[in-house]
Amino acid sequence: MIDARGRSCPEPVIMIKKAMETKAASYEMLVDSRVSVENVTRFATHYGYQVQVEQNGEEFRMMITKK
Amino acid sequence: MKNEKLKIGIAGLLIGLIAAALVYFGNPVNMGFCIACFIRDTVGALGLHRAENVQYIRPEIIGLVLGAFLMSLARKEFAPKGGSSAMTRFILGFFVMIGCLVFLGCPFRMILRIAGGDMNAIVGLVGFVAGIGVGILFLNRGYSLKRSYKQSKAEGIVFPAIQVAMLALLIAAPAFIFFTAADGGPGGLHAAVWISLAAGLAVGAMAQVTRLCMVGGIRDFILFRETKLLIGFAAILVAALAANLAMGNFDPGFVGQPVAHSDGLWNFLGMLLVGYGCTLLGGCPLRQLILAGEGNVDSAAAFIGLAAGAAFAHNFGLASSTSGATAGGKAAVIIGIVVVTVIALAHTFRKSEA
Repeated sequence: MIDARGRSCPEPVIMIKKAMETKAASYEMLVDSRVSVENVTRFATHYGYQVQVEQNGEEFRMMITKK
Repeated sequence: MKNEKLKIGIAGLLIGLIAAALVYFGNPVNMGFCIACFIRDTVGALGLHRAENVQYIRPEIIGLVLGAFLMSLARKEFAPKGGSSAMTRFILGFFVMIGCLVFLGCPFRMILRIAGGDMNAIVGLVGFVAGIGVGILFLNRGYSLKRSYKQSKAEGIVFPAIQVAMLALLIAAPAFIFFTAADGGPGGLHAAVWISLAAGLAVGAMAQVTRLCMVGGIRDFILFRETKLLIGFAAILVAALAANLAMGNFDPGFVGQPVAHSDGLWNFLGMLLVGYGCTLLGGCPLRQLILAGEGNVDSAAAFIGLAAGAAFAHNFGLASSTSGATAGGKAAVIIGIVVVTVIALAHTFRKSEA
């Protein structure tokens, strides 16, 4: 689980980019702003991942899986 | 995703046209928007510096913040946050302002200067990109100002409320507020209050929706080959250039450019400091205003740093004039690059404190 809550731009994207170096089939990420959801989704989609977002109050749980 | 790029492209074009229109309605040439200059003018109007040629409460700043504030409320994105290294952000804001005032413009005005044919701004752009590149070296090695936490609504609303107070001061114009005379310098050149305010509101709202950021555009392209924000940057340039050509305001060259100097080294180093500091802040001065409007009090701290930097720059003769950079300004830029590097090192290579 990558916890990127409260991280300002562009840290969440760098965190997922670093994590993707392990070439795992899926990642789970927590963020707390819509900007982070947009940025991570854009990045992950570009690298062939599928993103599902679940909103819990002010937090977003992102499921990022290889297509 | 295509839709997102189209949206920021259209917003960028509109923003470029609005910037050109502000010049037509009275703003200084190539200064439809300049976050650094406008904060500096506002600080001067409050008497925090006494440079008589640059004192005016700029309604564009008020509008940008309130536009972002209202748009974030409408989109349920008003989210008060803070607690991510506020003092460090203050210092970064301070030195970003020093860099801006040695170059004579923020990244936004740098684009508008290029669109007006000011080749000195291209030198600045090269420095800006170099500074962002240095910042990215640290980002890739784990630089972080640590996370922010949720704050109360009351805390998040303070910064937008201050803007309302500034608007009241502008309209009431009490004797203790300083206004540059109409023929007294750049501070005396401005569009009518309501035009400036409306322009600020519109651009603030668009910037909130699109996340427009001059630093982000170049940063994301270098880091991730991501072009979304860069499209906004390019669209502003294209629209402002087209408007300048249409209105006969395009005057290519280095010498005699409006509110600019042709001291290449210091245009380069000034903007290097801006690119470097803004990358560590997470966004350009415009973006800091927008985030502060959305309730981010860390960005509000960066704003106060920008304002303090502007006051220091004019109280101690650090700001450049059209004849070039001052000795004090050059020293301040060097000190700024050193301080920003110390901050970068301290927040990259620290013992984990999880």
